[in-house]
Amino acid sequence: MIKETVKQALQDLFPDPPPVVEELVAEAAAEGEEEKKPAKKKEEPRINGVIERDHAAHGYDIDVQLEPGQLLAAVMILDKTGFFLESVTGVDWIKEDQLESVYDFSRFDFDVCRVVIRTRTSRSEPKVPTISKIYPGAGWHERETHDFFGIKFEGHPHLIPLLLPEDADFHPLLKDFKP
Amino acid sequence: MSGPIHIRPDETFTLNVGPQHPATHGVLRVKMEMDGEYIVKAETVLGYIHRMHELMGENRTYPQVLPNLSRLDYLGALGYTHGHVLAVERAAGIEVPERAEYIRAITVELNRVASHLFWFGAFVMDLGGFTPLMYAIEDREHILDMLEAVTGSRLTYCYYRFGGLYNDVDDDFIAAARAFIPRMRKSLKKYDALVTGNIIFRKRLEGIGPISAEMCRKYGATGPVARGAGLDFDVRKNEPYSVYPEFDFDVPVYHECDSLARYKVRMDEMEQSLRIIEQGLDKLPDGPIMPKKKPKLIKPPVGDYYQAVETARGSFGIRIVSDGTKNAYRFKLRSPTYSNMSLFDEACEGMMIMDALAMMGSLDLVIPEIDR
Amino acid sequence: MSLTILNALVAVVAAIAFAALNAAYLVWAERRGAGRIQRRPGPNVNGPFGLLQPPADGIKLMTKQLMIPGGADKALFMVAPVLAMAPAITSFVTIPFSETIVARSMDIGVLMIFAFASLGGMAILFAGWGSRNKYGVMASVRAVSQAISYEVPMLITVITIVMMTGTMNLHELATSQAGGMWNWNIVPSLSSPLMPVSFLIFFICSLAETNRAPFDLGEAESELVAGFHTEYGSMGFGLFFMGEYANIVIGASLITILFLGGWDCPLGLFPGVWWFLLKIYLLIFSFIWIRWTFPRTTIYGLLNLSWKILIPISLFNLLLTAGLLKVF
Repeated sequence: MIKETVKQALQDLFPDPPPVVEELVAEAAAEGEEEKKPAKKKEEPRINGVIERDHAAHGYDIDVQLEPGQLLAAVMILDKTGFFLESVTGVDWIKEDQLESVYDFSRFDFDVCRVVIRTRTSRSEPKVPTISKIYPGAGWHERETHDFFGIKFEGHPHLIPLLLPEDADFHPLLKDFKP
Repeated sequence: MSGPIHIRPDETFTLNVGPQHPATHGVLRVKMEMDGEYIVKAETVLGYIHRMHELMGENRTYPQVLPNLSRLDYLGALGYTHGHVLAVERAAGIEVPERAEYIRAITVELNRVASHLFWFGAFVMDLGGFTPLMYAIEDREHILDMLEAVTGSRLTYCYYRFGGLYNDVDDDFIAAARAFIPRMRKSLKKYDALVTGNIIFRKRLEGIGPISAEMCRKYGATGPVARGAGLDFDVRKNEPYSVYPEFDFDVPVYHECDSLARYKVRMDEMEQSLRIIEQGLDKLPDGPIMPKKKPKLIKPPVGDYYQAVETARGSFGIRIVSDGTKNAYRFKLRSPTYSNMSLFDEACEGMMIMDALAMMGSLDLVIPEIDR
Repeated sequence: MSLTILNALVAVVAAIAFAALNAAYLVWAERRGAGRIQRRPGPNVNGPFGLLQPPADGIKLMTKQLMIPGGADKALFMVAPVLAMAPAITSFVTIPFSETIVARSMDIGVLMIFAFASLGGMAILFAGWGSRNKYGVMASVRAVSQAISYEVPMLITVITIVMMTGTMNLHELATSQAGGMWNWNIVPSLSSPLMPVSFLIFFICSLAETNRAPFDLGEAESELVAGFHTEYGSMGFGLFFMGEYANIVIGASLITILFLGGWDCPLGLFPGVWWFLLKIYLLIFSFIWIRWTFPRTTIYGLLNLSWKILIPISLFNLLLTAGLLKVF
């Protein structure tokens, strides 16, 4: 199954990772070094690594969180194994002062495996390398994410507003956006 | 404006296939640099109908966003609403009764046929044949009448609710749907004779606008664009959802990668949708249409959830990031036409403008879906 | 003396009136025909069966503001519609409607009609270039190349017929086919066995010359907005429109005279102008039918058809007929 191959290949990106956990319920806690907190109020920030998720509960299979520097290596693994780029988007975690870029990948054949790659950057200096050299389709997705969140994709050939007007200097989906 | 036209050293001129144009089916602007009739470079400019549905999804509670989804792709609105309710049901863990799922599948397939009919008419009109549009619209009227009696709207439906439907179908709908299927099959034969077998039409489309499977993979193109390139990818079969595993239908795949292949994929899909509707009507179980235990306020647990459905244009995905409150924290809509259109800039280099516009028609664009 | 001038004047005015009335009511016929083919009624609001639609359209077009784009070449812009309409109407002068109804029967009738038809191509070029619109220029370039390519097979076919009959006078061309269906030029005879093919070639070429679908690249509405008449409103557009329909009537009349025997009855019984009118209206109905059935060809498909298929066939037919005429 391609899921195992990809999971193994992605795990190799993390030299000393915590053990990969199987997720059973929607609310998961990272085992290993972290203690499981009884109350859900205070959640530990997620550490970089590969998590396998329940497709029926979440809709995707492999969840990878990594540093922006590891992004290109992970995307190249997926490109070699024949995934297609579904979308690139962002999430604004204002409480943790971070902007997250989320990459969705999926497959064309019947070996269902959805991979989600996440990478977090600080809100003040959001810089992520572009994957449009590997997947040209990311060109538009990254322009849109830049429009909505202000994340700068380094190396993008044409990072001008796609959906907002050409002279827009605001980013609507940031949580502190005032229209 | 009154000065002389400047001709660039390499003798190309810029042609704006502008926001107002009969061929672009919506407000889309393609800046083309032309060398005579050949396109040297094309750049798509979007944003003319950008309404920021994703921010609306964050500012509204989950049930309040339901009408927004129909405004994305108004021709195939039920497919999008289906994706949305499935995503929220997956997130919040709501069970859907079987009768509701069957009715959802039947209405989504009816909507798919209506969307493909309209595409068919508009596409052939783009190529210069004005008559099939009228025939297709007449067939589509029957579907719209059926759906209007049940849902209340002709185009922008808001029929599904989290957990099921709000209105049950009655015997009139079932009888009308059963009467429609043989009628539509006869129409499909007529379109075959009138359009598909026409030599001028074939010459317009054979070998025009090649989009290879590798290009589909790099750009994320799905739906009939990918199936016309030889990729056997249909979310209903690859990643089954709802009640589709119960139905016996084929996924048409053609390997020629040209506009005629994409055209044939859609015509065959209409026939397959009719098969699904037939089986759905036969297997329709009795029962309730809303679950007994439905949460009053929908507050999915913290986390993110993804749901993909197969709409008329490709694989539509919704990503819901929830922080436990009654509004979504992030409401991402992955529209298939967005990815399908992104390959147009690269694919139309070196083509003549007539062929490029024929290719654009075969991509089946609905611009509000690109711009959201 | 004055009676001859009066005769000539009446004849010319009648020809022009016939042309203009046809142009106006052919629009009505086209719209009703299109409606019927598309399973809808067509115009039926103004007057019974929508018969008052053309006058209503005419009044609307005349009262609209004529806008000239800034920077457009005013002279070319204004001349183009006139140049589109005038040759068509002038060609009516020499077309014989029956044995006695002909405005002016000229010995070089065929040549004159084709000379005027070429002027129409110039009108398209003036319109596209003069409106200072890239869509217009592209469309007029396409339309001119189409017009030139399709004049050649048309003329070759006409030469074949003139060779067979020995005269360029349209009146004599029609009378030489008198006496029933078997005398008509479309029927293959010993000296010209490929006449039906010639008829087909001429038919296709007249579709292409008058910019009718499936050869309407000049006004390809879906790609080039409205082609060479994008910038024209009101009477400029009206003149182009009427010029196109007048050209259609001329094309149909030419086909009738050259191939179908003019005013001859199929059984040779009661020749007269009603047969002529019946034939041209049947041909025009087939033009309308073809327009609403077929999609548009591509520019290279169009030019390929003309240069690679129609011209070799018509040349072959010409040589064959010339050879066989020597023998028989």
